[in-house]
Amino acid sequence: MAIRSFFVPFLLLVLWFYSSLSPVLSLYEDQVGLMDWHQQYIGKVKQAVFSTQKTGRRRVIVSTEENVIASLDLRHGEIFWRHLLGSNDVIDGIDIGLGKYVITLSSGGSILRSWNLPDGQMVWESFLQGPKHSKSLLLLPTNLKIEKDNVIVVFSNDRLHAVSCIDGEVLWKKDFETESFETQQVIQPPGSDLIYVVGFAASSQFEMYQINARNGELLKHESAIFSSGFLRELSLVSSETVVALDSTGSILLTISFQNGEISFQQTPISNIVEDSSGPAVIIPSSVPGIFAIKINSVTIFIRVIGKGKLEVVEKLNQETAVSNALPISESQQAFALVQHAGSEIHLVAKLAHDWDANLLKESIKMDQQRGIPHKVFINNYIRTDRSHGFRLLIVMEDHSLLLLQQGAIVWSREDGLASIIDVTASELPVERDGVSVAKVEHNLFEWLKGHMLKLKGTLMLASPEDVAAIQSMRLKSSEKSKMARDHNGFRKLLIVLTRAGKLFALHTGDGHIVWSHLLHKSEACQSPVGLNLYQWQVPHHHALDENPSVLVISRCGPSSDAPGVLSFVDTYTGKELNSLSLDHAVVQVIPLPHTDSTEQRLHLLIDSDKHAHLYPKTSEALGIFKREFSNIYWYSVEDHNSIIKGHALKCKCTGEVADEFCFDARDLWSVVFPSESEKITATVTRKLNEMVHTQAKVMADQDVMYKYISRNLLFVATVAPKGSGEIGSVTPEESWLVAYLIDIVTGRILYRVTHHGAQGPVHAVFSENWVVYHFFNLRAHRYEMSVIEIYDQSRADNKDVWKLVLGKHNLTSRISLFSRPEVITKSQSYFFTHSVKAIAVTSTAKGITSKQLLIGTIGDQVLALDKRFLDPRRSVNPTQAEKEEGIIPLTDSLPIIPQSYVTHALRVEGLRGIITVPAKLESTTLVFAHGVDLFFTQLAPSRTYDSLTEDFSYALLLITIVALVAAIFVTWRLSERKELQDKWR
Amino acid sequence: MEKGKGVMGSGRRWAVDFSDNSTALSSRDIRDPPGFTRASVDQDDSTVSRQKKDAESNWKAQKAWEVAQAPFKNLLMMGFMMWMAGNTVHLFSIGITFSALWQPISALQGVGKVFEPYKDGKVELLGPKLLFIALNLGGLALGVWKLNTLGLLPTHASDWVSSLPPAQEVEYSGGGIPL
Repeated sequence: MAIRSFFVPFLLLVLWFYSSLSPVLSLYEDQVGLMDWHQQYIGKVKQAVFSTQKTGRRRVIVSTEENVIASLDLRHGEIFWRHLLGSNDVIDGIDIGLGKYVITLSSGGSILRSWNLPDGQMVWESFLQGPKHSKSLLLLPTNLKIEKDNVIVVFSNDRLHAVSCIDGEVLWKKDFETESFETQQVIQPPGSDLIYVVGFAASSQFEMYQINARNGELLKHESAIFSSGFLRELSLVSSETVVALDSTGSILLTISFQNGEISFQQTPISNIVEDSSGPAVIIPSSVPGIFAIKINSVTIFIRVIGKGKLEVVEKLNQETAVSNALPISESQQAFALVQHAGSEIHLVAKLAHDWDANLLKESIKMDQQRGIPHKVFINNYIRTDRSHGFRLLIVMEDHSLLLLQQGAIVWSREDGLASIIDVTASELPVERDGVSVAKVEHNLFEWLKGHMLKLKGTLMLASPEDVAAIQSMRLKSSEKSKMARDHNGFRKLLIVLTRAGKLFALHTGDGHIVWSHLLHKSEACQSPVGLNLYQWQVPHHHALDENPSVLVISRCGPSSDAPGVLSFVDTYTGKELNSLSLDHAVVQVIPLPHTDSTEQRLHLLIDSDKHAHLYPKTSEALGIFKREFSNIYWYSVEDHNSIIKGHALKCKCTGEVADEFCFDARDLWSVVFPSESEKITATVTRKLNEMVHTQAKVMADQDVMYKYISRNLLFVATVAPKGSGEIGSVTPEESWLVAYLIDIVTGRILYRVTHHGAQGPVHAVFSENWVVYHFFNLRAHRYEMSVIEIYDQSRADNKDVWKLVLGKHNLTSRISLFSRPEVITKSQSYFFTHSVKAIAVTSTAKGITSKQLLIGTIGDQVLALDKRFLDPRRSVNPTQAEKEEGIIPLTDSLPIIPQSYVTHALRVEGLRGIITVPAKLESTTLVFAHGVDLFFTQLAPSRTYDSLTEDFSYALLLITIVALVAAIFVTWRLSERKELQDKWR
Repeated sequence: MEKGKGVMGSGRRWAVDFSDNSTALSSRDIRDPPGFTRASVDQDDSTVSRQKKDAESNWKAQKAWEVAQAPFKNLLMMGFMMWMAGNTVHLFSIGITFSALWQPISALQGVGKVFEPYKDGKVELLGPKLLFIALNLGGLALGVWKLNTLGLLPTHASDWVSSLPPAQEVEYSGGGIPL
């Protein structure tokens, strides 16, 4: 031990010298893709427009819920181009104009943009203003022209605009005077110069405006009152007829406004549909003559015949999605229906005017884990025999996108991965004989060839083609994607939970999906909303035969007091082991630091009434919990009224039902921030699984500082309520930021610092004994990063070497937080150029390796910044000893070294989170960044000091050894001979 | 030291004894070289040999003292090199420090051997030996001191606490912002 301990500073110094020779961790060009992978997604498709002209490549333009506009290849589903609009620039509509421009309406209808279809370059951008916020509608009439100029009709912000398709100039605009007028539809009957704007005013008034499309002149304004009111949804059945529902959802209203005359036709739903119960909802569609309503889960298609007469054409019990109408000839319009039936989906394409004839009827086997179809888009092509063929683009419940053609899935995209909400890592199975899934090299010849190539490469004899072959071999190495654990712990499974409620297991080697699982729907819960992932069982000592499993917490509905659902999923197979529908809500989940004999982690679930429920519900778990009962506390942050409360467990629940696993809580302390001057914006704690190697920090002069390392520390940042808006909305005098360090067991505030003239958003990361947080400095007009390090002063007098040698100290004995630690803090602030989307810190298996901050920049890249730059002991002129320790001279801003971008040339579009997972090798950490794209890589913050790097020249080592052995042999022989000669002399 | 060892050391294989005092003619089958007069050698046998013995033991004692003092020069040289090497840990300073430690240790191990050639009933070797040991111990101390100045000796509290794991806490708390 002693030898190790005095060698550690020595080793660290050697390491420092080593790293100071080449301080930048960068990547060579040929190393790209060896350890990292990058996947591009777009998110759940909202709207799709096909572009299948004869010339040019066939593509589909989509807009998604992640605010992406993308052009996809219809053959393979690859992305031609893609644009991610900001989160406050939500796309309202897309269309293709003149066959070569993609027109998008976004940002609540205020921004209209045109993009070049082949390459995605923006052509023009127009800002459309209006008096008030309203529904946004985009309409591209095919043959409406004003002075040889194609027109885009946009209704947004309560104003109707006609915009030129060529340059985005607003040709005319029209306001509507009626108070409380809510536009529902803008209709342009083909072949006419009229535009109808229909909608509701108040709750029971139907309004129709007829407008001249050439100049925006109001031709006619009619309104009619329907006494029992409307539901705010319209379905267009022809250019002069719409269908609406009354406010009770039981009467269908056919509203026609032919020639400017409004007439109502009432049809009670019970008249045309037998055994209809419950209110109906109109499914938005635009199929001429037909509309669809949904009662409970039954979809009913109704045809409008003549003067407001309605007729039911079909009732479908399965989940059904309907496409919009697609004109296939002068008079014919087709549409598609997709129904879900068990393990298959049925596709039907019909003509709008002829329900009975099917243009297409197919059944396709569909993976159960994709759920039900949510959306369908139809497109046609002409077959060689001049008949119509159809291709369907389907969006499934798990947000995946599939193209179906000729009864088969042409391609599919797992776009659910664009909206990850939680990530956890899991080990792969241990490699056993016969279990390994790894493929052996195809044959001996291939194997020999590969090794010959490698040999050529190391001896620098390879031609450029050989180099390319070697590179592709390295990239596709089967070692990487093996389904078994490796010695260094680089191969793992990343379990991700997506917004669609689907779990994916991604292999860290190459990012392929190992399994996926859509959360189970039960009778009690029809639409579980996934919230969080926790590691439930991580067998490593006792229960090695068991598979690891994760706990998925979901909620039955959007409200916070909806009952929770627990699902336990095996991470090797992706099978749901068990699912529990709880009778209480889940507001907080506290993983406890205890496991039972099968290595299941104990979890405490807090419900909305502040009862704590213990899981797993076994007597063994209860026994363990009872032992630690008095030492378990929890805290809650009420960010809306700026209170942090601490709680302790009191006794068993005093409810009507006796439940051994339910406990009452009592309030212990509360920190109330003055609501007029402070508002909580960020809270951070240390990661539960973070390992810390040592409690001491050794200074250059052999002095020791003891780090204050506690799992029960909370960093809270509050800002002035005025300054919680956007940057620059307040003056520096009105805005401040206060940072606190709070002990969450006792509620003691250990440290408090105020930054005057600072403004959020605050991003923070907490690790070991330090916090780094990022905010905006209004006075300096720059972003700033601050670091707080916290040290335990009460241990500082443990300086007697003999006591330490003999082990007579209490530095490692268990301590109670009620013993009032004396702490001192050191802090420092620096300017930082970028605004930040996320901050994380590297984590390693034992916590010995130095740390790097991983900063998700506004440019959607991940920057690695050494923690040494954020060291409060930095000074302008460090002494020689401090320099040796590795303290960098103080500068006012943090350097951004281009080579230290972890994502090198790639971008993780829409970056939301960075997760680090320790590998088994101490020097290495695995980094996973997710947003719309996914990115994974390995990092070694202090270089790989515990293993040879990949570019280590084994050949040189071998040659050196051989040469040395030969030299020894030769000199031995020579000396022998010389000795013999000497003896003979 | 090296020289003395070469001539007088135990490892010698042959020697010419120029002070051959056997006077018997029969033993001399080789004629005397021209110009050599045996009479001068033969004059007083006993006094000459006693004188010789005294001279040899004197010489041996002197030599032993010389050998015993030899590490002092070494010590000075080591000190100079240590001063040159500086107080930072790198290959040069570590090499010098370890050689400074190794030399006295190996010398101390071979104390007997070093003084073996001067072993003689009449020669008092204790003094030189003690001086030799003391000087080597001084060298060792210098090496250890150097090691300490380099920070490679666990003499500070920091050396003993640098791998202490953080203390466990009795209490545990979790929670946060409601999901």
